[in-house]
Amino acid sequence: MTDQRRRGFLKGMLGAGVAGFALGSGIVPLRVEAATAPDASDWPDKAFKTPGVDDTIAELYGMEASESDKITMDLPTIAQNGAVVPVTVETSLPNVTGIALLVAKNPNALAAYFDVPEGTLPFVSNRLKMAETTDVVAVVISDGKAYKATQNVKVTVGGCGG
Amino acid sequence: MASSIRVRAVENGGVTSLKALVRHPMDSGFVKDSAGNVIPAHFIKVLTIAHKGKNVFVANWGPAVSKDPFLECRFEGAKKGDELTISWVDNEGESDSTTATIA
Repeated sequence: MTDQRRRGFLKGMLGAGVAGFALGSGIVPLRVEAATAPDASDWPDKAFKTPGVDDTIAELYGMEASESDKITMDLPTIAQNGAVVPVTVETSLPNVTGIALLVAKNPNALAAYFDVPEGTLPFVSNRLKMAETTDVVAVVISDGKAYKATQNVKVTVGGCGG
Repeated sequence: MASSIRVRAVENGGVTSLKALVRHPMDSGFVKDSAGNVIPAHFIKVLTIAHKGKNVFVANWGPAVSKDPFLECRFEGAKKGDELTISWVDNEGESDSTTATIA
């Protein structure tokens, strides 16, 4: 590449950078964020800070969960890296309104829970961190009742330590 | 700055399958850095997926969700060309939002 062409190339890059910056800090994205930023005020602080599976289910949904074989969990039985464990939950239970994922031996059991409105299929795939070999519990709210399924994951390298 | 959210939504037989990947550190508050200082918790609390102004999926996440979180969900009632809005907010009040067109 000749020196002159290189200059032109650099100039072009600079221009693109400035344009990108203007866009990033400008009014347009800000307006979009203000209009659509989700509301985190309902986030259940207490449920996310409760250790133990049963206590957490009680805190989150206010009821006990019974075992169900209609919940399908797809996750590795041995996870080499506890920082990224893919977990997929699917169920044939009717009228599902919520799905929660709990990791029994994490400092706080609740990892995530999902609101499933009408028209959305009772399916979710997510990646979780787990500290050590542990049970992963999926809770499904169907017809207002809680059901759960459990599967063990063997973790060879923990995902919560430093 | 590019959006922190990458989305792919595909409609097939009335069911839309959505995969989203968000760039976020998702610090749990339990990890220490190399100097031994605790890295404060910094994680996405709520992620919503909206279709025509209605939430079709809401994920409430805790710090146990992996770094750069991935989410897949499926829903009915949308068709090819429809626009979806995916937004998140984290525990420090930061947020981001993007739109995607169903393919």
